[in-house]
Amino acid sequence: MSDVKKFLYVNRKAPHGTIYALESLEVVLIGAAFEQDVALAFLDDGVFQLVKGWDTSELGAKNFQPAYTALGDYDVQKVYVERESLEERGLSEDDLIEMTYEDEDDDFAEKSSIRIVSREEMAKIMADADVILSF
Amino acid sequence: MSAGYYEVNGKQVPHDEEGYITNLSDWSKELAEVIAKQENIDMTDEHWEVVNFLREYYDEYQIAPAIRVLVKAMKKKFGPEKGNNKYLYELFPYGPAKQACKIAGLPKPTGCV
Repeated sequence: MSDVKKFLYVNRKAPHGTIYALESLEVVLIGAAFEQDVALAFLDDGVFQLVKGWDTSELGAKNFQPAYTALGDYDVQKVYVERESLEERGLSEDDLIEMTYEDEDDDFAEKSSIRIVSREEMAKIMADADVILSF
Repeated sequence: MSAGYYEVNGKQVPHDEEGYITNLSDWSKELAEVIAKQENIDMTDEHWEVVNFLREYYDEYQIAPAIRVLVKAMKKKFGPEKGNNKYLYELFPYGPAKQACKIAGLPKPTGCV
């Protein structure tokens, strides 16, 4: 495909209470199915979407967290998480779920998709994207 | 098709206007046979293998995979002779992800139009 655009999906809201996180995930899956260059960014309360151990049983909502771990199957290889957002919430990379993809150029080795970046780097990543969808 | 019911062992199982069942917990092997018949598919062991694989995938990831992802995942588990488009389209001529997911009682795959 000649016309591949760089899509960046920006997630800034907590996973529950609003539909934003789930909707974002759905759109990501659609975009990835059409073989676009897809990257995800998690900042502000959006970092809670990736914090391990969701329990939605009291919310009457589906626990869709496992779907994030399937994104590697959809060739989503770039998941940027802002360091400052984690630190401001007392979180670190160890609190996050594992997200991996298989690197075709490296004998299908399983690699982590999560990249912790600074606020400054995040600004550059956004400037570099062709399309930004903010949730 | 319009929204309605499948008849299974005298019970009514509701489905939407495209034939996907409304409550995922209504699924049974008998229901799968009923849906397959409506799709003009005779369920063989090979069909069941794909349907069961989709159900396992959904159980683990909570999503019905798009065709490209299904092919890749099948290839990983069963090898290239089953993990390819041709094989899957021979089993499910109207789209493996779409038809097999319907028979498996899963939602329509995201990104499937």
